[in-house]
Amino acid sequence: MEELANLFHGFAVALQPYNIMLMIVGITLGVIIGVLPGLGGANGVAILLPLTFSMPPTSAIIMLSCIYWGALFGGAITSILFNIPGEPWSVATTFDGYPMAQQGKPGEALTAAFTSSFVGALFAVIMITLVAPLVAGFALRFGPAEKFAVYFLAFCSFVGLSKEPPFKTIAAMMMGFALAAVGLDSITGQLRLTFGVTELLNGFDFLIAVIGLFGIGEILLTMEEGLAFRGGNASINLRVVLQTWRELPAYWMTSLRSCLIGCWMGVTPAGATPASFMSYGIAKRLSRRGNNFGKGEIEGVIAPETAAHAAGTAALLPMLSLGVPGSPTAAVLLGGLLIWGLQPGPMLFVEQKEFVWGLIASMYLGNLAGLIVVLTCVPIFAAILRVPFSIIAPLILVLCAIGAYSVHNSTFDVMLMLVFGVLGYLLKKCNYPLAPLVLAIVLGDKAEEAFRQSLLGSQGSLGVFFSNGLVSTIMALGLVALFWSAIQDGYSRLRTSMA
Amino acid sequence: MKPFVLNVALAAIVMSCANSAASRAAWEPVRPVEFIVPAGTGGGADQMARTIQGIVTKHNLMKQPMVVINKAGGAGGEGFLDLKTSAGNPHKIIITLSNLFTTPLATGIPFNWKDLSPVAMLALDEFVLWVNAEKPYNSVKDYVDAAKKAPSGSFKMGGTGSKQEDQIITVGIEKATDAKFTYIPYKGGGEVAVQLVGNHVDSTVNNPIEAVAQWRGGKLRPLCVFDTQPMAYDEPIADGKAWKDIPTCASQGLAMEYLMLRGIFMSPKATKDQVEYYVELFKKVRATPEWQDFMKSGAFNTTFLAGADYAKWIEAEEKRHEGLMKEAGFIATAN
Repeated sequence: MEELANLFHGFAVALQPYNIMLMIVGITLGVIIGVLPGLGGANGVAILLPLTFSMPPTSAIIMLSCIYWGALFGGAITSILFNIPGEPWSVATTFDGYPMAQQGKPGEALTAAFTSSFVGALFAVIMITLVAPLVAGFALRFGPAEKFAVYFLAFCSFVGLSKEPPFKTIAAMMMGFALAAVGLDSITGQLRLTFGVTELLNGFDFLIAVIGLFGIGEILLTMEEGLAFRGGNASINLRVVLQTWRELPAYWMTSLRSCLIGCWMGVTPAGATPASFMSYGIAKRLSRRGNNFGKGEIEGVIAPETAAHAAGTAALLPMLSLGVPGSPTAAVLLGGLLIWGLQPGPMLFVEQKEFVWGLIASMYLGNLAGLIVVLTCVPIFAAILRVPFSIIAPLILVLCAIGAYSVHNSTFDVMLMLVFGVLGYLLKKCNYPLAPLVLAIVLGDKAEEAFRQSLLGSQGSLGVFFSNGLVSTIMALGLVALFWSAIQDGYSRLRTSMA
Repeated sequence: MKPFVLNVALAAIVMSCANSAASRAAWEPVRPVEFIVPAGTGGGADQMARTIQGIVTKHNLMKQPMVVINKAGGAGGEGFLDLKTSAGNPHKIIITLSNLFTTPLATGIPFNWKDLSPVAMLALDEFVLWVNAEKPYNSVKDYVDAAKKAPSGSFKMGGTGSKQEDQIITVGIEKATDAKFTYIPYKGGGEVAVQLVGNHVDSTVNNPIEAVAQWRGGKLRPLCVFDTQPMAYDEPIADGKAWKDIPTCASQGLAMEYLMLRGIFMSPKATKDQVEYYVELFKKVRATPEWQDFMKSGAFNTTFLAGADYAKWIEAEEKRHEGLMKEAGFIATAN
C-alpha cells in the first residue's frame, strides 16, 4: 500500500493552487489545440514546451499533460461536428459520431465521446496506479515480429467489416498502402516514389490526407446535395448531457472491453490508433445492433473513444518506466523530461517519487477537470451546427487549410489537401469506403517496417511470426478475425440461398 | 574538464563584451528566426535545438523569438533543401547531425554542405558500444569473440536509421574484427536501446543520452566508446562506474572511431556580420549553466569550432564519410 500513500502525496502536490491554475490553463489550451486539425497534441506540446523550462518539473509536466488531455478531448469535437479527425485515433470516432451530429444529435454524440474518453483514461490511470511495476516489463517482450502481429491484428479485425464489396475494401486499402510507401524507405535508406519532387520527400502525411478526404470531401458532398442542413434542430441545453448519461450504463460491456483493449494496446508499443480501430471493429461484430454501425449508433462512438484514451494514457507507462514513448506526444514529453534533468527509465519510479506520483495524481485531476470543462461547453459546441451551412462551410475550409498548412508549414500541403478532397468526393460517389484507405495510410509504413525488421532478424524466415507464444497468439487471433468474417459471410449467404 | 568549461565561459563573456562594443552597428535579426531541425521531434538534434530555444528565451539572448521547426522528411533532406533554397535569408538556421553528409550520399538528393554557410560546431556526440547486462560479454574481446563464433548473420546490431551513422559504425566494426553482423534499422535511438534491453538485438551503438537510463537501471552494459580518448565526466552513473571509466574502443583492440557533429549552419550567401552574430549567440548559449547541465546529461564532447577551423573540420569529415560509405556500398546508384 506504499503506492496509495505515494498517490495521496501526489494529490497534495497536484492540488497546490499554482498547479490547479496550470491545470485549467493547460486544459483550455489543449482543447483549442485539439479543435484545430493539424495542430495536434504533439505539435501543441512541442510548441509550448520551452515555456515550461522556468517552472519546477512537476508543475511543468502537470501543465503539459493537461494540454495533452485537453487536445484529446478537443479532437473529438471536430470529428463529430465536421467529420474532420484531428488525430489518427479520432478517425474511428467519425464513423458514427458524424452521422449522429447530422441526425440532430451532436450533443448526445459529444457527451458520449467525452464521457467515454474520461472512463477510458480513468481505467488506464487506475491500472497504472495499481500494477505499474508489473505491467511495465511487458513492453520489453515486443520486438519487431510482435509489433507486426499487432498491426496485422488491427488490419484483420477491420477488413471483413465493411458492407461494401470486399474488392472495393481491398482496393481502397491498397491505395492507402501505396500512398504510405511514398518517401524515405527506412530499411534501405532510399527514396521511394518521389520522382525527384522535393515536396514528396516526407511522404503523404496522414493528417493532410484525412483533412482532405473527410473534411473537404464532406463539404463537396453537402454542396452537391443543395446545402441541405440537418444539424439545425440540435438541442442546446445541458439537459442533453444528463439524458445521455442515463443511456450510457447500458453499454458497460462495450466500455469495459474497450478499456481492456486500450490498456493492452497502450502498454504494448502499438498505440492508440490500432486500439481505436480494433475496438470499433470488435464492438461492431459483437453488438446486437452491429448492423446500425456507421449510421449513427452511440455505441460506435463509445467503443473507439474509450479505447483510444485508455491506450493514450496507458502509453505513458512505458514512457516513464522504460523511456519508450508510445505516441508522438509522449515522445515530446520524453524530450521535456530530459531537459528538466529527469531521466525516464527503471530508476525514475525509485528516485523521483514526487515527480512520478505528482504526474499520476494530475492524470486523475486533469481528466476530471477536462471532463467538467468540455461537458459544460457541449451546448456551445453543438450550437455551432445551427449556423447556416453557407456561413460555416467557408469557415471549415479555412480551418482545414490552416490545419494542413501547420503540419509542415508548407503551402504544397494545402494543395495536396484539396486534391485529397476531390479524391475523397469521387471515392464516396463510387461507394469506395474511406476507412480502410485511412487505416492503411496510418499504419501501412509502420507495419511494413516491423515486417521487414522481423525478416532481417530471422534472415528471411516467415517462421519468426510463430516463433514464441506471444507472437503466435496475436497472429492466430488476427487470422481468426480475418476468416471469421469470411465464414460468417459464407454462412449467411448459404442461409439466404437455401431460404 | 572544469577548467576548460570555465575557459570557454570566460572567453565567451570577454568576447561578447568586446563584441557588443565593437558591433553595435552590426547585423541583428529583425524577424523571428526559424531554427530548423532535420530530424523528428524527440530525437537528439531536436532535444538540443529545443534546449537552445529554451536557453535563448530564458536568458533573453535574442531580441527576436526563435522558433524550432522539424523538417525530417527524406532522412533530413527536406530541411537541408529548404535551407538551400532560402539563399540570402539570414533568419533561417539549421542544426545538423551526421545526415549532413550521409543523406545526400545515400539518397542522391541534390545537396552538399557547401551550399550552406557554416556557423559553428556546438559539440560532438559520442557513440558507445552497448550490450545487454545479462549477456556474459564483459569486455570488447568477449564480445568480438562471441560475434565471430555466432553463425554468419545471426548476430544482430540494432541502430537508428539506414545507411547513417549507426550503420557506418557497424560496418567499421565488421572491418576491424572480421565478424559479420545483421544490421536492423529502427526509427529512434530510445527504441533501439529498449530493443536491446528486450534482447531483440545483440548489441547497439547508442549515444550516451539514449541509453543512460537503462545503464543506471542495470539493464545494459557499456563496453567501449568510439572516441580517441575516454569521456570527461567522472560522476558515477551505475555500479560506481562513470562515463570516464568506459575505455576507448581502440585501446581494447577495436580500431574504430566515430563522433557525430552537432553543428549550426545558415542559409547560403550569409554575410560575415550575420555569421558573426550567430557565432556570438551560440557562445553565449554555451556559457549558461543550463547548457553545461545538458552537456553533462548526454556526456557530450564539448569541442567548439567556428570560422575556418570549422569549415576545415567539416571538409575532412565529409571526405571520411565518403570513404566509409563507398567502402560499405552505401552510395546512391541512381545518379
